[in-house]
Amino acid sequence: MANSPSSPRSPSSPSPTSPGEGWRPLRLVWVYPDLLSTYGDRGNVLVLERRARLRGMPVDVVEVNSDQRVPADGDIYLMGGGEDLPQILAARRLSADGGLHEAVRRGAVLFAVCAGYQVVGTEFGGADGEPMPGLGLLDISSGRGERRGVGEILADVDPALGVPRLTGFENHQGVTRLGPGARPLSRVVAGVGNGDGTEGAYAGRVLGTYLHGPALVRNPGLADLLLTWAVGQQLPPIPAQAEELALRLREERLAAVTAPQ
Amino acid sequence: MRARLATTVGGAAATVSRLAGRDGSVIGGIIGLRIEPDLLSLLAAGRQVILVTGTNGKTTTTRLITAALEATGQRIASNVFGANMEAGLTSALSRAPDAPLAVLETDEKYIPAMIKATAPKIVVLLNLSRDQMDRAAEIWMLARRWHEALAAAPDTLVVANADDPLVAWAASSAAKVTWVAAGQRWREDSWCCPHCGAHLLRHGDDWNCHECAYMRPPVRWTLQDDKVIDPTGQVLPLRLTLPGRANASNAVVALAVAEAFGVAPSTALINMREVTSVAGRYTQVERRGAELRLLLAKNPAGWLEALDVMAPAPTPVLLAVNAQGPDGRDTSWLWDVDYRRLRGRTVLVGGERRMDLAVRLEADDVAFQLVDSIDQAIDLAHSPRLEVLANYTAFQQYRAVIGRAE
Repeated sequence: MANSPSSPRSPSSPSPTSPGEGWRPLRLVWVYPDLLSTYGDRGNVLVLERRARLRGMPVDVVEVNSDQRVPADGDIYLMGGGEDLPQILAARRLSADGGLHEAVRRGAVLFAVCAGYQVVGTEFGGADGEPMPGLGLLDISSGRGERRGVGEILADVDPALGVPRLTGFENHQGVTRLGPGARPLSRVVAGVGNGDGTEGAYAGRVLGTYLHGPALVRNPGLADLLLTWAVGQQLPPIPAQAEELALRLREERLAAVTAPQ
Repeated sequence: MRARLATTVGGAAATVSRLAGRDGSVIGGIIGLRIEPDLLSLLAAGRQVILVTGTNGKTTTTRLITAALEATGQRIASNVFGANMEAGLTSALSRAPDAPLAVLETDEKYIPAMIKATAPKIVVLLNLSRDQMDRAAEIWMLARRWHEALAAAPDTLVVANADDPLVAWAASSAAKVTWVAAGQRWREDSWCCPHCGAHLLRHGDDWNCHECAYMRPPVRWTLQDDKVIDPTGQVLPLRLTLPGRANASNAVVALAVAEAFGVAPSTALINMREVTSVAGRYTQVERRGAELRLLLAKNPAGWLEALDVMAPAPTPVLLAVNAQGPDGRDTSWLWDVDYRRLRGRTVLVGGERRMDLAVRLEADDVAFQLVDSIDQAIDLAHSPRLEVLANYTAFQQYRAVIGRAE
């Protein structure tokens, strides 16, 4: 795997961007919105951009379509959800392109959601469930499960990451097994996730989850983890009133799922 | 067969129409299909059936086609209340046993089965975009099912929007197609070639694939701004009462259907212009001294169109979102809509999932106020006019409060 969870930033990694003046902008690269963007995936780009700007960090957002080269000099790469056929095409094109692999080798952050999560693994299920080669950026392999997991999901994050409980919506039929090179992102409290009681996976700065679409909206802690990885240092806090709505939404959804029916 | 028609179907159909009432209830259809599983086929036999499907605009287009075909002088069966699965279609046909024409809005997932059951003269394909992903089928999958179903129906004429690449691909298996350039406002689901998956080249409404050479088919009817160009090249102003570009698209499709029945566009438009509201959509109502206009849209493509339709600033806007079963329980789609054009005007946010929308608007730097009711919104708006945009159950809740004025 590209990174072990505790590895320090490699010397060849991009020069750190940071709060304050005189730093180059944080580069957010949205990978293949033309293929991998089924339901609100733009939300993750907008949340990262907003939370960086609130801390005074300039941000460049780069949308890379599937007919373009993936730049290797981004700081955070985002991959969204997709149907079977677009997922297969995205995997094929990203393998041939190589830009994302180089970026991850250099220590860039990769956040992959749903179909994107499966694609970054070594293998995923094709249109008829047959195994398709993934990108091999995370030591996971996915296949098709018996039934579709659709609904609200809650999961408690690996304490090593210091991120509060995840709340989101999942909509997938995937089952994902983690290899020795990846750690579970979280333990499922309600919902399906990877299918074995865990949800998502991470290794180094590559992190994937079945929380689909705008997963970072209700999980600002996860957004800040990605930003922290990208800048390589603690982030200054965000003004309380700028957080208020997101935290109210988060509390509302947490309460809605844990409340007895 | 005749005996079966006379007895079983007669009885089942009578049961259906007795139970159906006037509000479009589907109970009759459900019971009728229990008594006679082939009831829909038997009721459709001998009629000229038109099935209308797509993600958005089904109900309105069905209404416009019905208006256009009134010029034929024939009676028309239609599921005007939007019950668009097998029981709804069955109810609609049994309520109008003598109507030789049937214009039936059909749920996009049920099109293959309904083509088999009704052997339609025409299938209308409007558009395909992301919609209620927690319960609806994925759209590339839907396109594939349409493609297979139309290949197996060689006697059916397809009227399809050539400007939607996924729809064009789905229709490409049909024996006969009337292509309509009806426009495509929402493009987030069709950047890639439905045939090979390569990124499509797009210039205006035209599109083609540079890898497999798949391209937009040549069109017979064209929507140009608020005018239609008919197959002879004649340009006619639409002058619809229904607002917006989406309804202009629907109208051009309806004109292409009318052509197949020998109804000239100038004739068809006379009745189409009389259509003012469809199942409560676009209704204008007076409440607490303000003129409200109600817009229903259920998915990002629909919201984009609805934002286009709204009166410009400074007219205030009430947006309302629920996430009950019929809405889809997943609010992720709110992030696919661009709200930045609402900056600088009074925006009120309601519905059961208003916090989801609030966080979304905050990300687009749109100022807003949260409201608990439509009356609170009217009071806070301080305006003689208020535009109301809501998704399905939020819309129904507001309509229940203000009365079901048509």
